[in-house]
Amino acid sequence: MRAARDAYGEVLLELGKENPDIVVLDADLSSSTKTSVFAKAFPERFFNVGIAEANMMGVAAGLASAGKIPFVSTFAVFATGRVFDQIRQSIAYSGFNVKIVATHGGLTVGPDGATHQALEDIALMRVLPEMTVIVPSDAEETKQAVRAAAAHDGPVYIRLGREAVPDVFPSGATFEIGKGNMFSPGIPREQVIAASPEEIRFDVSFIACGVMVKECLDAAAILETHGIKAAVAGFASVKPFDADLCIALARRSRLMVSAEEHNVIGGLGGAVCECLAENHPVRVLRVGVMDRFGESGPARELLEAYGLTGPSIAEKVKTAFSLL
Amino acid sequence: MSEHEREVPGAGPSIDYVEKMAGRLRYHIIRMVGKAGSGHPGGSLSSADIVAALYFGGILRVDPKNPLWEDRDRFVLSKGHAAPVLYAALAEMGFFPVDVLLTLRKLGSPLQGHPDRKKVAGVEASTGSLGQGLSIAVGMALAGKLDKKDYKVWALLGDGECQEGQIWEAAMAAAHYKLDNLRAIVDHNGLQIDGPVGKVMSVEPLIDKFSAFGWETVSVDGHNVRELLDAMRRPAAGKPLAIIAETVKGKGVAFMENVAAWHGKAPQGEELERALAEVAMPENSEERGQ
Ligand SMILES: Cc1ncc(C[n+]2csc(CCOP(=O)(O)OP(=O)(O)O)c2C)c(N)n1
Ligand SMILES: [Mg+2]
Repeated sequence: MRAARDAYGEVLLELGKENPDIVVLDADLSSSTKTSVFAKAFPERFFNVGIAEANMMGVAAGLASAGKIPFVSTFAVFATGRVFDQIRQSIAYSGFNVKIVATHGGLTVGPDGATHQALEDIALMRVLPEMTVIVPSDAEETKQAVRAAAAHDGPVYIRLGREAVPDVFPSGATFEIGKGNMFSPGIPREQVIAASPEEIRFDVSFIACGVMVKECLDAAAILETHGIKAAVAGFASVKPFDADLCIALARRSRLMVSAEEHNVIGGLGGAVCECLAENHPVRVLRVGVMDRFGESGPARELLEAYGLTGPSIAEKVKTAFSLL
Repeated sequence: MSEHEREVPGAGPSIDYVEKMAGRLRYHIIRMVGKAGSGHPGGSLSSADIVAALYFGGILRVDPKNPLWEDRDRFVLSKGHAAPVLYAALAEMGFFPVDVLLTLRKLGSPLQGHPDRKKVAGVEASTGSLGQGLSIAVGMALAGKLDKKDYKVWALLGDGECQEGQIWEAAMAAAHYKLDNLRAIVDHNGLQIDGPVGKVMSVEPLIDKFSAFGWETVSVDGHNVRELLDAMRRPAAGKPLAIIAETVKGKGVAFMENVAAWHGKAPQGEELERALAEVAMPENSEERGQ
């Protein structure tokens, strides 16, 4: 169990030591986003711009223009919707190498409530040309994703959660931009893609990101006890989208399920549906927040109330099967 | 002072009464945040005297029985994280029962972590994303002018919040439209989350900035009810009024005072006991009506 944002703080410190061009910006939330770790070690390369997110995005663009690699952090609501046009014009369209690492994404922000629960950030960032969008499942995948973002030339959006989450990233696995990973069963991605549809078959395949990967693993375990064979793929790289793995899984499954801690519109579920509608039409069940705002409550209770836990996902899948 | 006396026209409530109500607000803040296990005590406590002056000092013309009364004064809590102080005032005013306060931040409660106007009578704007409230207040004040209403619009801002550019877009518009029915109060407690405002990103000279933007300005001790009421009662002068209220973050709980860490952390266990002991007042023990 670890919070992805703690892993972010750690890896940012490592990157800071390795690369003097790394600079970090925050908007009065450095203790929560964990950029405070970098700030302590490299005060001259850390800029707390105050509660001024729009300015922060523009300043990051300017720093990038001189070859710096800015990591920009605040909560996901303030890192995307609030500054969408600054990201669009000054960063993505301008082609600046800015890394936006947002924490407190999704419902599991908890008691702060709807104003602080980003449920549309993945959609907003995904629709921007040039933008890479990553939603890691746990601390280890976060570390790898942040490193991949630093090495990538171009704007990146990484969405992290607030809470500590169980470690689920398969040991020995590698995060790569544009590629998903098989979390269960432990068959390498390449093998799933290369095998004939007869060789590897599932009843249902989950494509999930963020904290929902763990919930899908739980759902898969429950479904197995009902004789339903399930695969779980982690698509931390929401964009570029791993169409190869998605299509390969769809060819081998009766039902596809997308799962994200986000509105079912426009995010990972949208990407799965777009890909499959064009390439291999199959039934898709989208698990996520059903086009509504969030609310205050403990993180776990919220996931339960919104039907986003393993058991309720398993129920949804069983119902979907009965209708196939 | 009784409910009735408050309504006597001309006879303003006593300073003593407003101070007592501020004490009650502080007591509710600590109890509700403590019960919730999360929330924002620091900035709620620093605003307690300001909010008490507005609601219990005869400043705001509102009617709990008719929360959407067209002629009511509007109060926008732009620093929405101070929701506990607003909820406490609304409950004491009778907008909803006082015992609802203890449901703060729980699943299904109308009392969201940040105020939701659709869920709570008396909440004028859904705030929590800083920097947006003053613009909403400008719109309300413009509507008042259009409709030839005599209501006033009040907005309470944080000093860190004044770092948001949108505050200054709103300030510009308010002066441009000569909104003398609009009044902003800045809770000038000198702290934000990452530390002193002056260290993170200075907003000074704040009062001169508002003046330069075309506002009437006044600076007061934000914990002195008489000074607050005097400033709030200033006659309209053809332009919006900014009241810079000098405050102490965490005011009323010694170990929270001027400590940035108490911005967004709930006291628990022994700390909660100590905090409650400090805000306890004799009249807090007897349950009031509702
Ligand atoms: C747009 C936005 N950015 C960041 C935050 C997170 N946040 C909540 S309170 C706060 C500090 C506010 O400081 P200040 O305005 O001085 O309030 P006060 O000291 O009165 O509590 C921040 C950064 C937010 N709510 N909204
Ligand atoms: Mg402050």
